Order: sequence, then C-alpha cells, then structure tokens
Amino acid sequence: MPSRGRRYFCPVKARVLIRPKEGILDPQGKAVERALPALGFSGINHVRVGRLVELEAEDPSRLGELCEKLLANPLIEDYEIVELQEA
Amino acid sequence: MPARFGVIQFPGSCDERDAVAACERVGEARLVWHEERDLSDLDVVVVPGGFSYGDYLRAGAIARFAPAMEAVARFAAEGGPVLGICNGFQVLCEAGLLPGALLPNENLRFVCRQVDLEVVSTGSPFTAELKAGERLSVPVKHMSGRYYAPDELLDELEAAGQVVLRYAPGQNPNGSARDIAGVRNAAGNVMGLMPHPEHAVDELTGSADGLRLFASAAASLRAVHAAA
Repeated sequence: MPSRGRRYFCPVKARVLIRPKEGILDPQGKAVERALPALGFSGINHVRVGRLVELEAEDPSRLGELCEKLLANPLIEDYEIVELQEA
Repeated sequence: MPARFGVIQFPGSCDERDAVAACERVGEARLVWHEERDLSDLDVVVVPGGFSYGDYLRAGAIARFAPAMEAVARFAAEGGPVLGICNGFQVLCEAGLLPGALLPNENLRFVCRQVDLEVVSTGSPFTAELKAGERLSVPVKHMSGRYYAPDELLDELEAAGQVVLRYAPGQNPNGSARDIAGVRNAAGNVMGLMPHPEHAVDELTGSADGLRLFASAAASLRAVHAAA
C-alpha cells in the first residue's frame, strides 16, 4: 500500500538453490546414496545435497550480490536464483 | 608491558574462556563482546571456537557480519596479529581474511581427539618462536574442519609459505586438503587453525604445546616494541 511517502512496491518471491560445486566431495550426498540400496532403491547415482532458501525481495536486482556475500560461499558452492510469481 | 589479548565472544562461542585463560598465561586478556567496535586497547585478537550464531547457513557465515568483525578486519589490515581457532578459523575464511574454506568432515562425524601437528611455516607471529618441522600435540574437536581450496590456490599457498601447520602423516582427522591444519594470510599477521591450542596449555591435561602459539605472539610483540 502506498503510504507516507513510501514507494509502492511489489515484493518478488524467489527461491535460491545452493549446491556444492562440481568436483567438491559431498559426504552428505554420498551417505544418502549409500543408504538407498538398503531401502530397495537401485540405480540412484550422483546424489548431491544442497540448501534451499526461500525469500521475498523488494528489490530482486540485488539478489545476486546477496547470494555472493551471504547465502552461498562462491569458493565451494554454486547458486541458482529462481524467481517465482509475484507475492 | 605485557601483551594485551582480546578474545571475541559471539552468541554461541564456547571456547572463549579457555582462550582468555591461555592468553592470561602469557599476558593480559579480556573478552570482546560481538557488538564492540573499539579494539584500540589490544595488541592481539583471538577469534575463538564454538558455534557462533548457531553456525546457521554455514559455519562462520553470519559471524563475519558482526560489528566486532568489522573492527577485526581493520585491526588485521593495520597489521595487528589475529588468531582464529576452529570456528574462529571458519569465521576468518568466510570474512575473506584467510584463504580457503572449511567443509564438513569427510566422514561426517564430529571428531574429538589429540593430534600431532607439524610446524611448516614460522612466518606468523604465532609460530615465529617455533621451529619448522617440530611437532605439537594439540586436540581437535569439530564437525566442519576439512580445509579446502582449489588446487591452484593450494600450490600458491604452499609456495608462499602460507601453510603454517599440517596434521602429522596419518593423523588427518577430517580429510583436509594436503593435510593442512592451519594457514596464514599473505602478510603473515592473520592465522587460522582447526586444532585448539587453548585447550593444550598445561601438562595436567596432556600437553602444554598449544601455549607456545600464544607465547610466540607475546614474544613477537616484545621484539617489535624493542625494535621501535
């Protein structure tokens, strides 16, 4: 709502997917992968475990910077920003 | 004048008291609350172990934005000696004050045991009084201590003498690249390590080898003051 001089904005919902960089050993993914055959799931390979961050951004143009500075560590992680329908 | 140590205390720190006790054996020490910005009374800063801010997101990721860490970054830029231990090492890496990153242990287990370390470089105030090649017995206790940097960066660090400590052969507890236990920045004044020298300051608890890092920093300061 526009009020007291505040600019009207429409926050954008986004989902940030963070995963270990290719080539970096992911012991969590390996542990999940090793547990699967015991549960009767065969043929599941290359499991990688990452993080999912959901957020609402008033200014989505700065999401990349936010990921570089906090949500992901670019030395060890890749991230992907998926913008969802407007909130 | 005795060396004045400051030990940063974040919400979730848990080794700050042992760190203060270790520093007090070689100088004066006080805690620095994470909201403090004035470190002008200090000669050495220690960023201790624990689980700062719950280790949410990644170990050390949130602590790096604490007001005290801005002050630590300025302190380091001016050449002040900074030692990051365990979670403190993770914080310094996240803050970009040290190269590399710490990943979850290869075996996904929390490790807690005494390890032998080999001194690789004496090019930091915390190892200046030690000898390259000598061994220190110090405990490790961590979940995310696997040191990682891309191969090219590891080559550069080794060539520049920035690898300060390695786990002795066969004792790498976490899968760290090239058995690296501790590194320093290019200038040498900032150092980080996963093992806990502050828990090895008295023979009564198995080893006093850790105390030598704190004593070395104090001795380096005396040398600087004597030269000035």
